[in-house]
Amino acid sequence: MAEKMFGKALKRVEDPRFITGTGNYTDDIAVHGMVHAAMVRSPYPHAKIKSIDSSAALALPGVIAILTGKDLVGAGINPIPTGWLLPDLKISAHHAIQPEEVNHVGDIVAAIIAETRAIAEDAVALVDVDYDVLESVSLGSTALAAGAVQVHPEAPGNLAFDWTIGDAAATDAEFAKADKIVKLELRNHRLVPNAIEPRASLAEYKRAGDEYTLHTTSQNPHIHRVMIGAFVMGIPEHKLRIVSPDVGGGFGSKIFQYPEEVIVLFAAKKVNRPVKWTARRSESFVSDAHGRDHETVAEAAVMNDGTLLALRVNTIANLGAYLTTFAPAVPTYLYGTLLNGTYKWKAIHAHVRGVYTNTVGVDAYRGAGRPEATYVVERIVSTVARELGMDPVDIRRKNFIQPSEFPYQTPVALQYDSGNYEPAMDMALEKLGYKALRAKQAEMRKQGKYIGIGVCTYLEACGLAPSALVGSLGAQAGQWESALVRVAATGVVEVLTGSHSHGQGHETAFAQVVADELQVPVEHVVLVHGDTARLPHGWGSYGSRSAPVGLSAITMACRKITDKAKKIAAHLLEASVEDMEHVDGKYQVKGVPERSKSFFEVALMAHLAHNYPADLEPGLEATHFYDPKNFVYPFGTHLAVVEVDADTGRTKLIRYVCVDDCGPIVNPLIVEGQVHGGVAQGMGQALLENTVYDASGQLVSGSYLEYTMPRADDMVQLEIGHTVTPSPHNPLGLKGIGEAGTIASTAAVANAVIDALEPFGVRHMDMPFTSEKVWQVIHASQLAQAADD
Amino acid sequence: MYTAEFDYKKVSSVADALAALKAHPDAKLLAGGHSLIPTMKLRLASPSALIDVSSIPGLKGIRLEGDVIVIGAMTTHRDIEHSSLLKDKCPILPEQAALIGDPMVRNKGTIGGSLAHADPAADYPASMLALGAKMKIESSSGARVVTADDFFVGMFQTAVAEGEMLTEIHIPANTKSSAYEKFAHPASRYAIVGVAVVKHADGTTRAALTGAGASAVRLPKLEAGSISSLVSAADLLSDNFASAEYRAHLVDVMAKKALARV
Repeated sequence: MAEKMFGKALKRVEDPRFITGTGNYTDDIAVHGMVHAAMVRSPYPHAKIKSIDSSAALALPGVIAILTGKDLVGAGINPIPTGWLLPDLKISAHHAIQPEEVNHVGDIVAAIIAETRAIAEDAVALVDVDYDVLESVSLGSTALAAGAVQVHPEAPGNLAFDWTIGDAAATDAEFAKADKIVKLELRNHRLVPNAIEPRASLAEYKRAGDEYTLHTTSQNPHIHRVMIGAFVMGIPEHKLRIVSPDVGGGFGSKIFQYPEEVIVLFAAKKVNRPVKWTARRSESFVSDAHGRDHETVAEAAVMNDGTLLALRVNTIANLGAYLTTFAPAVPTYLYGTLLNGTYKWKAIHAHVRGVYTNTVGVDAYRGAGRPEATYVVERIVSTVARELGMDPVDIRRKNFIQPSEFPYQTPVALQYDSGNYEPAMDMALEKLGYKALRAKQAEMRKQGKYIGIGVCTYLEACGLAPSALVGSLGAQAGQWESALVRVAATGVVEVLTGSHSHGQGHETAFAQVVADELQVPVEHVVLVHGDTARLPHGWGSYGSRSAPVGLSAITMACRKITDKAKKIAAHLLEASVEDMEHVDGKYQVKGVPERSKSFFEVALMAHLAHNYPADLEPGLEATHFYDPKNFVYPFGTHLAVVEVDADTGRTKLIRYVCVDDCGPIVNPLIVEGQVHGGVAQGMGQALLENTVYDASGQLVSGSYLEYTMPRADDMVQLEIGHTVTPSPHNPLGLKGIGEAGTIASTAAVANAVIDALEPFGVRHMDMPFTSEKVWQVIHASQLAQAADD
Repeated sequence: MYTAEFDYKKVSSVADALAALKAHPDAKLLAGGHSLIPTMKLRLASPSALIDVSSIPGLKGIRLEGDVIVIGAMTTHRDIEHSSLLKDKCPILPEQAALIGDPMVRNKGTIGGSLAHADPAADYPASMLALGAKMKIESSSGARVVTADDFFVGMFQTAVAEGEMLTEIHIPANTKSSAYEKFAHPASRYAIVGVAVVKHADGTTRAALTGAGASAVRLPKLEAGSISSLVSAADLLSDNFASAEYRAHLVDVMAKKALARV
């Protein structure tokens, strides 16, 4: 019997090329005659463009062309659309190059095309843009206030949408019955995604055939093709090839269709040369879609025994200056629907207002809406526990949905398919030694040392998504996934997937599943992704969908291959198909190993078709389009322990336990890697990362001197565990793990910090818990204490 | 971002470097490049030429001359971090060097480059003041020696004048005990507050502060035995991460920690 690959901790086959610098990223690609683009970006958050004088820049030797917004509009280039429409959504045109008005620092006003990148960057400084600077607004609640600066005329009061979910009357009724109402005001601050590979695009145009090829840093090249081809530039799909080769991290920020992609495509035709643009890191800060940025008031209605009755949530979601590809969906359907968490709330009502501001657009960032929801739910549940004098573990245990209650219909639209929350929590508590640590915490406080323990029992909905469902909610895309499994005459298996790997390790994990399904050596399986010219249409990778959706499509396609291979083998063995079995990598007559055909023999005959069933097509390939029946619902318990230095306020993570249930695990190394990265990102938000716009609308945290990315020494060795509750509705029972770490860890770490600060009377404070903020509350408490004494 | 265009000249003697400086008044001396090159990439600086002094023989190395330790300006942070001479006679420098940047920065960056750049958040200025170091500055008209107290003039400003070059650092080999306590910015890892305390063989204690203000300064109150309210917030920097009030508090905390170790 061939060794089962599912569940094996295989080292990633892609890593040698990434680690040794032999990957093939967009910026690594150079083509004959290539020229370079550099962007002239607005230094102002809000301004009218009065005039642009490019004469000095054009006079610089090596400058080929300078494009402005008027050039693009004049050539019939349309604005970049949003991909998710809500009722009554107010949309302001997002031009690749703004022709009349800029709306955030970093907005593009002109593009230089030059022989070298250095010349292009020199020319940027020579473009003289005359701006009429306008007042700006960067905070969501300020933008909504009466008399606020108007960002776009299309959205009066800066309101892009006003959205609710849940039963307001039922929620009010529960609040009327409650013993206690606990209210929190929470700010989930803005983050910059910071993929290690900056965005890059290389456009080529062939006059013969009027065809375009765009290499670009995309998590979903087909979405780019649809948006650019059908909406922005009017290029038929068969004349626009999008390739996203190796991509160095996305975290959502590379889902979206960006202005620079349109600019290089337009320029490539105009100057009839291939055009490349690669972002500088400082451009990434002001042009990659940001994440989070919510201001929320949450109220929980509870009984004195800890029973959670109802939750009322009012959120202002800052969307930035333009609606990027998924922007309207993130603070609505990916947020409001997740507010139930793992608990039996009787009613929930959420009201979300999406607001335009003069800041970079906000869209999906690792977790996309779900970390924001989890933060609200898990902070308020821990606050309820504190105010009722309960242990945060006990209140969760009391209110968990029980295993017998699945499928479970929440008050906010989702129907959870499966779950078993207590075993995961118990495993985490056991690993941490929760009770002993609580005792130690009390002891340490007496000695003036402050540690805090944070609990987060999260749930997420991922594996996006049933197409009809998301279509009914406003998605302008399907969310099924495609797979084409093609067996060569030599028996090599080429797997073409619509999923995209930008660090996830699909080449390894997907091959493991295919190796098992087809009973072939794992090294005979080759994954192809990221090229619209080679793949069937697919929807890419985001929302932890690659395993539950992409791999389900591959599995189903493999099963079609096996069915066909059995027919070919039966013919060769002069047996009936019903008598065939697929064991040890062979197709054999049941129980008669000597009457068998190898995978290679079958593959070869499928191609030769010399001795072949009359009613069967030659060839051995199968395509499957898999549309999931539901989301999948990973869950788990994360426990964070932090230490606060009362003298300086410096707050450090000192232990982290996580028990995740992502269903059956294809490759434990990859799953643990996802958890590590996810937890680092969530911890980064809680303790370190901060995106700050100053009063004048400038992004003051726009470099790594200011913006604190988590580093290895900010992390601890994670103590990881798993429980396994398969999804009941996909072929392998898979659930996603790409975002779980981020979804859970922000709330876990925040709860830990607030717990550590309890002796100083801190009930809540907003992230990030940077040292001065923490010291200020400690200091204020100490001053108050001194005044009392 | 790419730098603006510039000329590059590698020199092999101090005399050649000084001649080149004279010929290109707008030029900058290039040592390890870990402060200068990023500044040029951001186009905050666009010198017409870089004069690469990193390979001048004799400008690199650490030696004892009588009771003075002489450190060549082109000595890298890594060489300082691992110098057994310094670990023995002047341990505060290896302690500080280990806290600078990351291995790449420490392998390329030099003590002379760092001191001449005079970043207000650099580490060495605090120890230079606490050690009572002297800087040898050369120009075409000869050499002069400036005490650390006179060397740090202000933010990114030193006593090195146009046409001059810092070539050596002279440190009295009289450390009895020393400590450096740094509260680093979590992103840049530069000092928000760095306090250096050195007890000298003659019984004196010198202490100095870096990071908190426009340039490194002595801490006279600490030297006089006080351990609280060492500096006034009014004299300190304030930014998004740390207000002047917070920095002033951190000075006391870091000073206490450093004092506990000397």
